Amino acid sequence: MKEVQTQIDSRKLHGVAASPGIAIGRALVLVDQQWGRTRRLKSSDEVGLEEARLAAAVAGARQGLLKLKERCDEDLAQFIPIIDSHLLILGDPMLVDRARVLISERMVCVEMALQESLAELEEKLAGLNDQYLRERAADGRHVANLIMKELFGGGEEPDQDEPIILVGHDFSPEDVLSMDSRLVLGFVNEQGGVTGHTAIVARTVATPAVVGCPDLCQEVVSGDLLVVDGNSGLVVVNPDQRELATYQERKKQFELYSEQMSFFAHLPAETKDGRKVAVEANLEMLEEIELALQYGASGIGLFRSEFYYLTQDGPPQEELLVSIYEHLLASMSPFPVTVRTLDIGGDKQVKGHHSRHEKNPALGLKAIRLSLRKPDLFKTQLRALFRASEHGKLRIMFPMITSYCELLEVKEVVAQVRAELRSQGLPSGDDIEIGMMVEVPSAVAVADTLAKEVDFFSIGTNDLIQYAMAVDRVNEQVAHMYNPLHPAVLRMIAQVVEAGHDAGIEVGLCGEMAGDVDALPILLGLGLDTLSMHPLAIPYVKKMVRKTVSDEAEMLAVDLLECPSAVVLQERLKGHLEKFYPHASESEPWLAGERA
Amino acid sequence: MPKESPYNCEVVLANSHGLHARPATLLVEKAQEFKSEIFIMANGRKADCKSILDILSCGCPSGTKIFLSATGPDRKEAVIALRNLIGEL
Repeated sequence: MKEVQTQIDSRKLHGVAASPGIAIGRALVLVDQQWGRTRRLKSSDEVGLEEARLAAAVAGARQGLLKLKERCDEDLAQFIPIIDSHLLILGDPMLVDRARVLISERMVCVEMALQESLAELEEKLAGLNDQYLRERAADGRHVANLIMKELFGGGEEPDQDEPIILVGHDFSPEDVLSMDSRLVLGFVNEQGGVTGHTAIVARTVATPAVVGCPDLCQEVVSGDLLVVDGNSGLVVVNPDQRELATYQERKKQFELYSEQMSFFAHLPAETKDGRKVAVEANLEMLEEIELALQYGASGIGLFRSEFYYLTQDGPPQEELLVSIYEHLLASMSPFPVTVRTLDIGGDKQVKGHHSRHEKNPALGLKAIRLSLRKPDLFKTQLRALFRASEHGKLRIMFPMITSYCELLEVKEVVAQVRAELRSQGLPSGDDIEIGMMVEVPSAVAVADTLAKEVDFFSIGTNDLIQYAMAVDRVNEQVAHMYNPLHPAVLRMIAQVVEAGHDAGIEVGLCGEMAGDVDALPILLGLGLDTLSMHPLAIPYVKKMVRKTVSDEAEMLAVDLLECPSAVVLQERLKGHLEKFYPHASESEPWLAGERA
Repeated sequence: MPKESPYNCEVVLANSHGLHARPATLLVEKAQEFKSEIFIMANGRKADCKSILDILSCGCPSGTKIFLSATGPDRKEAVIALRNLIGEL
């Protein structure tokens, strides 16, 4: 497999992070089965021969799948249905029977017939509107490849005695499952998304993976040295010495981190003197639930409900939402799940809901404003949430509330929806907590008034900082002015916490700042009850919480609130951090990739 | 609802990801238990309920109205069983 390495420039390919971790090793490119060796049949005598070859290959593929299924022990039991569906495809008239017909009809060999029947199938599937179902076309292809493999000599695995990184155009879950996991360091797949079967399997076998990586198979040949960063979705092909050293270091850090973290993930987030804080996860898709639980989330502090609105061709129907929310709540039960209602508009648009072009979308018709403007859209989501509410511990929060009247207007809609559900004899979620995001400075200013109308606050620092500092953090020219560790930001957080606690409600924080370990002692000192962050950050934050003494954190917060400037604040903070966490000089290794 | 003969029926697909690999597998496995010819019609397409590829190529996202139709000795049992199955997916 090894090829002579000449000096090749390193290249970076950007894909989608599908399974966390960093892998460094030689590439083994899985070539798609050679469809090329095809021939026409000379006489009808050969038809029977080809049919027999097809039957034997199908039988061999079936044996292979059954064997693989047996090997799926408890850990992998969840993949048995995938294998079952592939077994069914193997016996499906549209693929194999169709190929058999084509052999005699067109007088071609098995390979050609199978290629043709697959092409017909792909054509049918390519026309589908729904992306999820379109992705399932891969299943048909994977099964055809299994048959092809049998035709080419019994589906032997490539010779492989040294660890490799598996590279493919579109390899199947079976490819992943049947590899000796000790010899596969990582996966890179040109096709596929985070929700594809291949990505799901990679996560389960805890192997770093990047999928959806364009031009991969043109850029990589077997024997290339690869770095696969499953945390950021980056693939480096033939890294130079310096890059290699950097990634070896990051890999070591991440492994050390993971090792320690599997220990910290399931310890309570409790300060040395016993003050508890809820450390929760920010999620977007159901597929991430597993990750959140694995990293020790004690709930979902922010479920961004937009995903299922942005990927479909129109707004999802109530029944679909109900089933999504039921699944979400049931999977996390007994932990709480906080769903943020639609936060779209501005730059994120629901298909089928075209809005006018806005000169200033961040200040325009978005989030709760859009929901109030489009009551059907809003009510459908609320109905689905309430209907699903009995499956777990649901909390609902509204994004971008700017005033008391707006909040009352929202609560009026909530009351209408509940009355409607009750009259229909459906669950109306009367006992669930209703909260709001505090992410606009006007809401901070009147937080004491708002606190009397809700069950909890959740501070969205990403937007709050942008609005408060008047800085677009994506605009390179001013992005440096975006600074969570600024006295203005800390004072706003302090004000919200105080207003909330005075009214007897919980106050959480769900911006990126929640996973920033430098900010952690301040946030604890300010008295936040919940911190919600990227799942990978949870164990590290727990570890640091456990090193903190709450009195000291409080004194730190008091001290920093009085700082005249961000510069002074950061200097003082640095001194405190060295005192609080003397051996914690490492940066946050779960963000090993390029941090946005 | 259109007028239906007893061995046809309409059902709305309510599971979250539509008729993808796993639910389609269950549906086809169930259909294969019956002698009758069974079709589904959805999105203006007709598919053999005993062919998973045909079912997948119908592309039924959640919320799709599916029309079930069976002809054969056990058509009634088949349609009822499949309707119940789709309802539980």
